[in-house]
Amino acid sequence: MRFKQVRAALFLAGGVFLAGHASAAEIAVTAGDGAAEKLVEALISAQPGDTVAIGAGRIELTEGLSLDVDDVTVKGAGPDQTILSLKGQTGSGEGLLVTSDRVVLENFAVEDAKGDGVKSKGSDQITFRNLRVEWTNGPNEKNGSYGVYPVSSKNVLIDAVTVRGASDAGIYVGQSEGVVVRNSRAEYNVAGIEIENSMRADVYKNVATHNTGGILVFDLPNLPVQGGHDIRVFDNDVVDNDTANFAPKGNTVAMVPKGTGIMVMANRNVHVFGNRLSGNGTTHVLIGAYPKDYDDKNYMFVPRGVFVHGNTYGEGGNAPDGEVGKMITDISGTPVPDIVWDGVTRIPEYLSWVSAENQVYVDEAEGTSFVNLKMLSQLLLPWGWWPDTDVAAYKGSLPEPSPVKLPQDGGA
Amino acid sequence: MKFATLERALILALAVTGSLVMPARAVSDAAILDTTPPKQLSEFRFFEDLQKQAPVPEVVPFRLATPLFSDGAEKFRFVYLPKGQAAKYDPVEAFDFPIGTALIKTFAFPADYRKPDEKLRLVETRILLHHEGGWLAWAYLWNDQQTDATLKIAGAKVAISTIATDGAPLSFDYSVPNKNQCKACHAFNGKITPLGPKARNLNVDYAYAGGAENQIAHWIAAGLLSGVPEPAGIPAAADWRDVTAPLEKRARTWLDVNCAHCHRAEGPASNTGLFLTSGEDVPVRYGVLKRPAAAGRGSGDREFDIVPGEPDQSILTYRVESTAPGIMMPELGRHIADPDAVKLLADWVASLR
Repeated sequence: MRFKQVRAALFLAGGVFLAGHASAAEIAVTAGDGAAEKLVEALISAQPGDTVAIGAGRIELTEGLSLDVDDVTVKGAGPDQTILSLKGQTGSGEGLLVTSDRVVLENFAVEDAKGDGVKSKGSDQITFRNLRVEWTNGPNEKNGSYGVYPVSSKNVLIDAVTVRGASDAGIYVGQSEGVVVRNSRAEYNVAGIEIENSMRADVYKNVATHNTGGILVFDLPNLPVQGGHDIRVFDNDVVDNDTANFAPKGNTVAMVPKGTGIMVMANRNVHVFGNRLSGNGTTHVLIGAYPKDYDDKNYMFVPRGVFVHGNTYGEGGNAPDGEVGKMITDISGTPVPDIVWDGVTRIPEYLSWVSAENQVYVDEAEGTSFVNLKMLSQLLLPWGWWPDTDVAAYKGSLPEPSPVKLPQDGGA
Repeated sequence: MKFATLERALILALAVTGSLVMPARAVSDAAILDTTPPKQLSEFRFFEDLQKQAPVPEVVPFRLATPLFSDGAEKFRFVYLPKGQAAKYDPVEAFDFPIGTALIKTFAFPADYRKPDEKLRLVETRILLHHEGGWLAWAYLWNDQQTDATLKIAGAKVAISTIATDGAPLSFDYSVPNKNQCKACHAFNGKITPLGPKARNLNVDYAYAGGAENQIAHWIAAGLLSGVPEPAGIPAAADWRDVTAPLEKRARTWLDVNCAHCHRAEGPASNTGLFLTSGEDVPVRYGVLKRPAAAGRGSGDREFDIVPGEPDQSILTYRVESTAPGIMMPELGRHIADPDAVKLLADWVASLR
């Protein structure tokens, strides 16, 4: 406490002295009167190497927070002990925004942000650990969009976070490279976990439940970074995703049907294996092309190289939802098979062949149901096509990307 | 306690050394280049009369063809360049200013928006200082007596009570930005950068004490600017309120000034893929039939940023009209809407085919 005052005084009186300051300091912020302003000041005046330690209690913020200093740790006393509440937020687009490198955020909660919860933009080596980001009134279209939200970042570690109630994606990784999402829980969001326009991502040991869709791997057009690739989704529990879609229209996830387990849309070299899926009412695994019209010559709208294997499937496909659900069941009937591929490919490839590395492969236990909806045939040959349910014909494999190693996680 | 004393001693020492080497009236280059910003605005000595915002001769006032909307604040802008040095002209981006430059902007609210020049209350003065390591941004909060302004790093809320242009009482909490929020707009590839002083937006007349003159011509004559092409080669932005200017140009200029500091490939909103600089010529990139990437509830249930001919189906107008955090755009620096700007954008979108 004493030291913190000295540091604050030093900062105001003479940053000149701090220029050579090498030792790391802990800046303590305790809940109570003036805590919000103290926290804003602490995040601005922190020096590289410092830790901003927020004590237990609730801090009411009227503006979002931001951190723009490299090598800073912001930690609380625990995700149920230190609560940053944005119920009264009147400005800023997110609860906490990080724009610097080598930052660790851990052990606190961000509640009821008007926009996004915790965001990093353009960060290298950003860690979100043991956080809780929640909209406390449950699923509601007026909730903020993204809970944990690294974008345009590099070396992203999301470990043991819990996100509830996001009106878009609970954990959303966009336009980033080198990503690990693990040991986390996403529930009651529209999308539980979404990896979008990103390269080299490992998503494992997470629980995605009671979302509209559990885990989504997307690639979208008209963005500065696209061509997402090398994604591994494995060893996750993707169960009972049964929350009605509450995303505001116009957002990509608004088209995801309730009861989607894992969905792969566009993207390249995606490996889905060893996951446990059950209770997903539309289908457990959905693979498809980007279905909307777009204006972008550089965009690849069909998935390139998807390998689904070694997953376990429980009950599912009994409650197909919405337009997409209807589109599927019109062809497949109910219950919907465990794995659905829309079968859309590019027309030149349709007329010739798809090269081995760009195909969809399925290698699952006996009894796993599958359908290729062959939607392109439906379009081109309306009287002479039929869906393909012979899963054996899709056997094969793709070389798996090596595990993602992050510098802040013992990797290089 | 000890530190407070030290701090006072330090400030005193700086003030004393400053006044020994400089004539009393001159701008304090030492204050501009000190690693620690002065605590009081007056210490820079930018003004003959601080309260009247009357600058010393070497501090040059300027205006922009189209300014950023900040809750309807009146703004007084000034530039100071170190003696004998000039900024380098740039046809597109802000001029390249020498080390030691200060850009000064005071925000003031009139007691009645129908009389914008009268009974002004000075609220804050923002300073951009160009150091060797880059630009630094600071905000000074004016005192109630309007005699000076004090450095405010953590931002502040100021209750404004005035009368709107329609005669109705208008009250809101104006936000003085904290240090990080300055950068939330002034970031170009992650580095703080000036936004206003661009050729196109300065290429208008200013009513100087010696008579009206084109600002760029005035800067050249005063030795503040070098490398300028012939006048015909200098781009000119529209005055967004000038109804005689083409609608498209007015709207694109408004977007350029109010949105493009973030919405450009080098800006904080680069990830959206929505690029609103006036030089962007690919329609889908400036929003035409572009689906949002991360709008969330900011989409307002609309599918595209701009639907030609359909302002009521365009996310652009929805977000500019809104004052709800999480929906409104820009997301910083305003609390009330600007109906005239909403109308301009709606008219433009309606005109698109």
